[in-house]
Amino acid sequence: MSMRWIIPLALLFCSVLARADQTPVPDTLQQRIAACTTCHGVHGEGSSGSGFFPRLAGKPAGYLALQMQNFQRGLRKYAPMEYTVRLLTPDYMHEIAAYFAAQQVPYERKPVPALAPSMLRRGQQLVTAGDPGRQIPPCQACHGKQLTGTEPAVPGLVGLPYDYISSQLGSWRTGTRASAAPDCMAQIANRLAPADITAVSAWLASQETPADTHPQPAGSITPPLRCGVLQPRGDGA
Amino acid sequence: MTRLRWLWIPIVLLVIVLAGGWWLSQRHRQQPAAAEDPAIASMLKDPGMIARGRYLATAGDCASCHTTRDGHAYAGGRMLPTPFGNIPAPNITPDGETGIGNWTFNDFWGALHDGIGRQGEPLYPAFSYTSFTKVTRDDAMAIFAYLRSLPSVRQPNPALGLRFPYNVRSTLTAWRAMYFKAGVYQPNAAQSASWNRGAYLVQGLGHCNECHAMRDQWGGSESHGALSGGLIPEQGWYASDLSTQANGGLRGWSRRDIIDVLKTGQSSKSAAVGPMADVVASSTQYLRDEDLQAIADYLLSLPARAAPTPVHTSFDSQTLVDRGNAVYVKRCADCHGKDGEGVPGVYPALDGNATVVDPIGINATRVVLLGGFSAVTQGNPRPYSMPPYAQQLSDADVASVVTYIRQTWSNHATAVQERDVATYRHTPID
Repeated sequence: MSMRWIIPLALLFCSVLARADQTPVPDTLQQRIAACTTCHGVHGEGSSGSGFFPRLAGKPAGYLALQMQNFQRGLRKYAPMEYTVRLLTPDYMHEIAAYFAAQQVPYERKPVPALAPSMLRRGQQLVTAGDPGRQIPPCQACHGKQLTGTEPAVPGLVGLPYDYISSQLGSWRTGTRASAAPDCMAQIANRLAPADITAVSAWLASQETPADTHPQPAGSITPPLRCGVLQPRGDGA
Repeated sequence: MTRLRWLWIPIVLLVIVLAGGWWLSQRHRQQPAAAEDPAIASMLKDPGMIARGRYLATAGDCASCHTTRDGHAYAGGRMLPTPFGNIPAPNITPDGETGIGNWTFNDFWGALHDGIGRQGEPLYPAFSYTSFTKVTRDDAMAIFAYLRSLPSVRQPNPALGLRFPYNVRSTLTAWRAMYFKAGVYQPNAAQSASWNRGAYLVQGLGHCNECHAMRDQWGGSESHGALSGGLIPEQGWYASDLSTQANGGLRGWSRRDIIDVLKTGQSSKSAAVGPMADVVASSTQYLRDEDLQAIADYLLSLPARAAPTPVHTSFDSQTLVDRGNAVYVKRCADCHGKDGEGVPGVYPALDGNATVVDPIGINATRVVLLGGFSAVTQGNPRPYSMPPYAQQLSDADVASVVTYIRQTWSNHATAVQERDVATYRHTPID
C-alpha cells in the first residue's frame, strides 16, 4: 500500500469510531412525537397524579384526529395545543391519532373531590338516565354502555381526571371548546346546572374501569340529539 | 416663549391632515363596477396566466393573511394585530359584493402597486404594498387572474379595529410621505439574472423586509436597515438579520443552508421556528429550485454588519450559566448533544444556531417554553418535535438554560433574565 492512502484511511477509521460513539436517533413515531408524549405520556396514559392532561390511549383514532383539527381551526382553545398542532398535515395527524388509539395501558385512579352522597347519586343519574325534564340525555347514550366510547368519533369517559372532565364541560359553555355544528355537546353542557358539572365529573372520575376498555363498534348507538361529529364525513376525521 | 415656538408644528400637521381628509372625501366616491379592458379581460382568462399567478400568490404567501384559521382560502377575515389595533385582511375571492369581483385589473394594480383602494382611499400598510410595489405589472396581472379564478365566497369583511387617531385614514397621507415610495423593482445590471430574480422575490412578493427589519414607533421600516432583522410587533418573535457575512444573523450559512431551510424547514445551521415555520409550510417549500437558488444568491450578497457594541452591565450571568448547565444536561443534551452539536436532519445544532443567539433571546426562550414540531413540508413530512417546557421548568430554570446555550460553545449572546421569561410565558401564540 502506498503512503498516500494512510491519512485518508486513518481519517475514515476515526470517523467510524466517532459514529460508533453516537446512539442513532430511533426512527419511530414515538421518538418523533416527544412534543405530545411529554404531557400525555409515552403511551398516551395522561399525566399522573391529579394532572390535567387527558388520557389519549385507546380513544378512537377518528376522535383524536378531529380534536387536533379542531385545535388547528380554533374551535378548541388551549394555546399550547393550538401551537403544537398548528402546522401538522392531515396525514401526520392521522398517524399520530392511530398511534395513541392503538395503545393499551392500565388506567390510573385519579383523585376525586369528596362530595355528599346526594351529589354522587345525581352524577350517576345524569350518566345512566339523563334528566328528561331538562332534555339532558344520558352520557351512556353516545359514550357507550361501559363509557369506553364509540367508534369512530366518540371518546371514552372512563379514566379521565375530574379536573379535565369538569373543565371541558365548562369550556363548552364558554365557547372555548366546540365541535362541528350542530354541536350537541355544547347544547348538553348548557343544559347542565353548574352543580351538575361537579356531580357528573366526580361520578365519572370515581368509577372503576371495565375489563374491556375498547370503544363500542361504529353504528352501535342512536344519538338522541343531532350531532355534527356523528354525521358521515368524507375525510375520515 | 421658547416652548411656544414649537407649537406651530402640531397645528400645521393637523391642518394638513384635515385638508387631506377633506380632499380624499371629495375625490373618492363609491365607484360602480367598471368594464375591464377587453385585451386585459382575455389575458385574465388564460390558463397559463392563472397557473403562473397561483405560483406567484404562493410565493407572496397571500393566503396566510387573507384566510382565517377555519375559513375558506382567500376569503379574508383574519385580524392582523398591530401596535395600533387590529386590521382585518379583506376577502379577495371574486365575490362581487364582499370580494374583488367588481374590480378591474387597474383597481388591483392601484392597491398592490400604489397602496390605494378601489374607492381611492389610502390602504393601511398592514397590507405590505411597501414591498408589493416592486412587483411587475405582468406578475400582478397573473396574480389577479389567479384570484379571479378562485371560487367566490360571500363573506363580508370585519370592521377595522384600529384605535383613534390611527382609524382616521387621512393620517396615512403623512405616513405614506415618510415611508412609501411606489416603484417596480429595477434590475441591477452589475449583477447576474439569478441575483436580480432573488432580489425581486425577497424585496417584492416575498415581502421579507416586513418582518426582517426593525420598525420605528410609527410602524415604518427604517430604510437603512433592510433585512437586518427586527422584533415582529405583537407576535413576539425576532425575525433574524439575513446577512450571511461577518456579524450577520446568518453568519456562516452556505447556499445549501438557505435553500434547505426554505424548502424543508431545516438546515444544518438552524430550523425555522415560530412564524417562519408557517411561511416555510405555506409558501417557500413550494418555490422552484431556481427561485430558491436565486434567493440564496441575493441573500449571500448582503453585506457584513457592524460588530455589535458590547453591552456593559453589572449583571453577572455566571450563576445563570452554571445553573443552566445542569438543566441542559438533564433536559436538552440527549437530543441536542452535550456540545450543542445536534443530530443532522433530526435535531438542530444549538452551537452557532441563529435562533439561539438572536439579539434579545426571545426566540430561544419561546422555543424552550413552547417546544413543538418543525415545519411539516414535502421534504420533511414527519418532523421530529421538542417537548414544551412551560409546564416543567420554572422561569429561573428557563432563563438559566437559555443563557447557558447563548453563552456556551461559540455562542456569545446576552443573558436572558427571569423577568423576561415571565413576560414571554404570557406572549399570545397567534
